[in-house]
Amino acid sequence: MQFISLTLKRVGFGVVLLLIVLILNFFLMHLAPGDIADTIAIDAGGADEEMMDAIRKDYGLDLPIWEQLLKYLAKVAVLDLGYSFYYNISVTDLILERLPATLLLVISAQLLAITVGVVLGVIAARNPQGITSHFVTVLALVGYSAPVFWTGIMLIILFSSILPIFPIGGLMDVSIEREGFAKMLDILHHLVLPSITLASIFVALYSRLARASMLDVLGSDYVRTAKAKGLSEFLVVYKHALRNALLPVVTMAGMVFSGVISGAVLVETVFSWPGLGTLAVQAILARDTPTILGILFFSSFVVVVANLLTDMLYRIIDPRIRTSND
Amino acid sequence: MTKQSSLFKVDHEDFRDENPFMEIFRMYLKNYSAVLGLLVLLLIVFISLIGPFIYSVDPFEMVWLPFTHPGEQGFILGTDYLGRDLLAQIIHGGKVTLAVGCSAALLSVVIGITIGSLSGFYSGWIEELLMRITEFFQVLPTLLFSMVIVALFGASLPVITFAIGIVSWTAVARITRAEFLRIRELEYVTASRSVGARDIYLIMRVILPNALPPIVVQATLMVGSAILFEAGLSFLGLSDPNVMSWGAIMGNNRQYILQEGFVLMYPGMAIFMTVLAISLVGDGLNDSLNPKLRKR
Repeated sequence: MQFISLTLKRVGFGVVLLLIVLILNFFLMHLAPGDIADTIAIDAGGADEEMMDAIRKDYGLDLPIWEQLLKYLAKVAVLDLGYSFYYNISVTDLILERLPATLLLVISAQLLAITVGVVLGVIAARNPQGITSHFVTVLALVGYSAPVFWTGIMLIILFSSILPIFPIGGLMDVSIEREGFAKMLDILHHLVLPSITLASIFVALYSRLARASMLDVLGSDYVRTAKAKGLSEFLVVYKHALRNALLPVVTMAGMVFSGVISGAVLVETVFSWPGLGTLAVQAILARDTPTILGILFFSSFVVVVANLLTDMLYRIIDPRIRTSND
Repeated sequence: MTKQSSLFKVDHEDFRDENPFMEIFRMYLKNYSAVLGLLVLLLIVFISLIGPFIYSVDPFEMVWLPFTHPGEQGFILGTDYLGRDLLAQIIHGGKVTLAVGCSAALLSVVIGITIGSLSGFYSGWIEELLMRITEFFQVLPTLLFSMVIVALFGASLPVITFAIGIVSWTAVARITRAEFLRIRELEYVTASRSVGARDIYLIMRVILPNALPPIVVQATLMVGSAILFEAGLSFLGLSDPNVMSWGAIMGNNRQYILQEGFVLMYPGMAIFMTVLAISLVGDGLNDSLNPKLRKR
């Protein structure tokens, strides 16, 4: 029961955060020099003052600002994020069309980073002075310092140019019509380099965290008890200790989600991945304000949902905090 | 610590013969990778400041055919897609990259310390409000938000600096707040409160100086992440067109990955080396400022 009410409280807080994003969006739109009338006038090759006023009236720009804000919020509530003059399609449709590619990239990169990070971290924790341990330290430094778009470019040069194993970019090969399983394999083939690139920023983070928390857990009483019972080293580490050592990793996975989205924008650009990131960059170069702000709102939404999910996952993994508040 | 000194009379003269900064410096010098990082960083700063005077080729001038390979025709790093000298671009780009990195980091440290110290010092609605603001900025997809600001208000260096600083302060705020929460309960704070110190004095003169070590470490690392951030924005084409920066060189030559990879490799290498050097310095400071907290 308490689990449900806590979850509801989290959802409520998420809604408030998104509302603030929307209000911020609205004021950014108004603070920026130029409005829709200017955009249309430039597109049409010029317009007189009278016509500009007519356009402003058409779009409700002559109303008091708070009334405009309420209208904007009411529209977003029914998922109407406006119309993109550049793509000639509603912003919501445009975003929904691009969202799956971004989610595929972001989720596969996160899973890859967590898996590799935890495995490295656990191996390092079992032998704190060993070679893996030093490797993790070096990896953490390199992973943090290398610009992600540079990593991507280097991977393209290595694995698409010198050794042509992987395609240089895109979601799939458009020159050949594929269906079903073959299409899926083709997408996976295109996904390899982008997801490795995006994961490279976070592997180091997770491995350092997993190493530290595993060292903590391995020193605790219940692990000693498990060992004293005569359980094998493997069982103790991977069944008893790992579950607890994973908790900080899960928390971190939720916390860095907005960072993952930022990284995805750069990785998508390097690999011409047709997701929200490339859309945002194109929209910005085309000065397509409704699309830009729509993407900003939508990606905040994704981060809020990801935070909620990690929060729930955390409570499922750790029964102790399932009912306590924070 | 305070308890002990009240129980035992400590001869303070023993500790006075060395300046605390010298002691930190001595600790720092013992860490070889940190010293190496500092040397590399100083070299990069030196090249960026003095380099343009010594190697005075204009980074915007087309000097030879596009994509001249490194070493040919006397161009040490070759030329870019417009036939401009890549070495000149990298030397000139360093200044902008470092300047934006440092000033954006400074801005985020100022915002972070202000919000973190107020939310750690006061409880009640101020704390609640500031924590909510911090959480809001944690949810915001930072790069997208900065892209929007730069796109709407124009790609000039002050706007870019602001756009980076305004989204990067949450880590500093969290660390400052954690330190304030710990220190505000200590005896010496209670002591100065009891003799009538005002809040502003307690925050600025009593708590903040003692909270500084982890903030200094974080501030150092912030310079590195601000440089990465600026490089990312420039790579996407959101850079001031009147100046050269490492990210912008990569962004300009982006389409030619397969034909001429070297134009993208060298500027990226420069960013990588700089941020790596800063990270090493940050780690070294962390060890020398908190010798007791040294990691396993």
